Amino acid sequence: MKGRVLDDTLLLLSDADNVGTAVDDLDEGTELDYDGRSVTLSEDVPFGHKVALEPLSAGDDVRKYGEVIGTATQPVERGEWVHTHNCESTRGRGDQAAARGERA
Amino acid sequence: MDGTFEGYRRPDGRVGVRNYVAVIPTSVAASAVATAVADEAGAWARATPHQLGTSQPDAARRQTERVLVGIGQNPNVGGALVVELGTEDIDVEDIADRIAADGTTVETLTIRDAGGTQAALAEGTTRLDRLNDEVKRARREEADVSELVFGVECGGSDATSGIAANPGVGAACDRLVEAGGTACFSETPEFIGAEHILADRCVDDETRQRLLDRVDHRESMAELMGVDLRGAQPTPGNQEGGLTTIEEKSLGAISKGGTTPVRGIVDYAEDLPVGGGLVLMDTPGYDVESVVGKVAGGAQVVAFTTGRGSTTGNPIAPVIKVTGNPKTWEKMSNNIDVNAGTVFDGESIDSVGERVFETLVDVAGGRQTESERRRLEEFAINEIQPEELAAEVDA
Repeated sequence: MKGRVLDDTLLLLSDADNVGTAVDDLDEGTELDYDGRSVTLSEDVPFGHKVALEPLSAGDDVRKYGEVIGTATQPVERGEWVHTHNCESTRGRGDQAAARGERA
Repeated sequence: MDGTFEGYRRPDGRVGVRNYVAVIPTSVAASAVATAVADEAGAWARATPHQLGTSQPDAARRQTERVLVGIGQNPNVGGALVVELGTEDIDVEDIADRIAADGTTVETLTIRDAGGTQAALAEGTTRLDRLNDEVKRARREEADVSELVFGVECGGSDATSGIAANPGVGAACDRLVEAGGTACFSETPEFIGAEHILADRCVDDETRQRLLDRVDHRESMAELMGVDLRGAQPTPGNQEGGLTTIEEKSLGAISKGGTTPVRGIVDYAEDLPVGGGLVLMDTPGYDVESVVGKVAGGAQVVAFTTGRGSTTGNPIAPVIKVTGNPKTWEKMSNNIDVNAGTVFDGESIDSVGERVFETLVDVAGGRQTESERRRLEEFAINEIQPEELAAEVDA
């Protein structure tokens, strides 16, 4: 597999990432220890979904595969589920272009 | 591994992995007859029904013609029957001549001239049998894997796609390219957010600029229409599978092409080179249309990765299904050929790539894929939309 699995729980695709991918359906309260640190899941996270490994502020880059996959839209605590409710794309945003009056 | 397989050598030198007579309607108005004629004949006849009308704006019509010709010239096709109602803007004889230019045997059928559907079915059956009398004489002979054009596609992606199935198929592409073959992936909207990585891998500035322009064009379509790509990309199914943004989907999607240099980018359904290394095709993200674009470009075999479980096939090219989701494999293994979910149990990506490559060579030699076994043969042609045509004019 690409990357490395942290404590049989989350897949870290690159050391530059601030989110990990659940390798199983994970329950709230699951604890994982890796690299001398500890993260506790604050909610259930389904297989394949992402968990914040670092606290994020609104506007911070979210990194996976060592690349930016979007930005946080609100503060996110370590151990929180990261998905469309707190992370959004910066690309293909015709809605924003329309709001700026750039619509053709 | 042995780098050869048994295939059908065509007059232009290319090699088919199947030996079909294609029944190609030029419009939706001829599609029902084309399907009926092929069904009546048997599995050697493959219809490519589609929904496009008898009249299209010029640019859209030219693209449709390129697909029809490309399907007829795919090396898996030994002969072709081109069917029209008789009112189409597309000239059936022109399509037939263009297909025949590579040595493919071609006949045409006009439903109106035949005297309606019943007479057309009878006439179509006669012409199809005549074509098959010649096509069925072809015998498999030794061919080299370097003669394969391998189209790769993803559909119904989830978070496992970018972790297991796509890198596994990518490792198979790397093997094929190393052996001298061609691998092609497409779906330009799914380059958005990962185009800088592909751009770095382009062999020259011209290819790089062309790639970036195509991505820009696809992204600007969303802006042009004042819509938010987030509603459609990632799809609701992708999101349920853990993909949050188009960038995340793209970064996973591009790994299905492997890691070799990007040697070129061609238009939808444009010819793909044999022995061409990794080549991209500019297609929409809609998987069925995207697969058809690559098959029209000459791909003899397609690999299709799916996390959530797609059953899509193609009438002309065998489609190898690969999933990286262990649960999907458990539920749908009768629709899937390669389980890449094994990476979650420790199998290496390289080892998955070896299995995909072995499957590719076996399928090229005649082994049926699950979608072939079940005759899953989706076919759709991408139609250039009015907004896109207007944008071309403005550009």
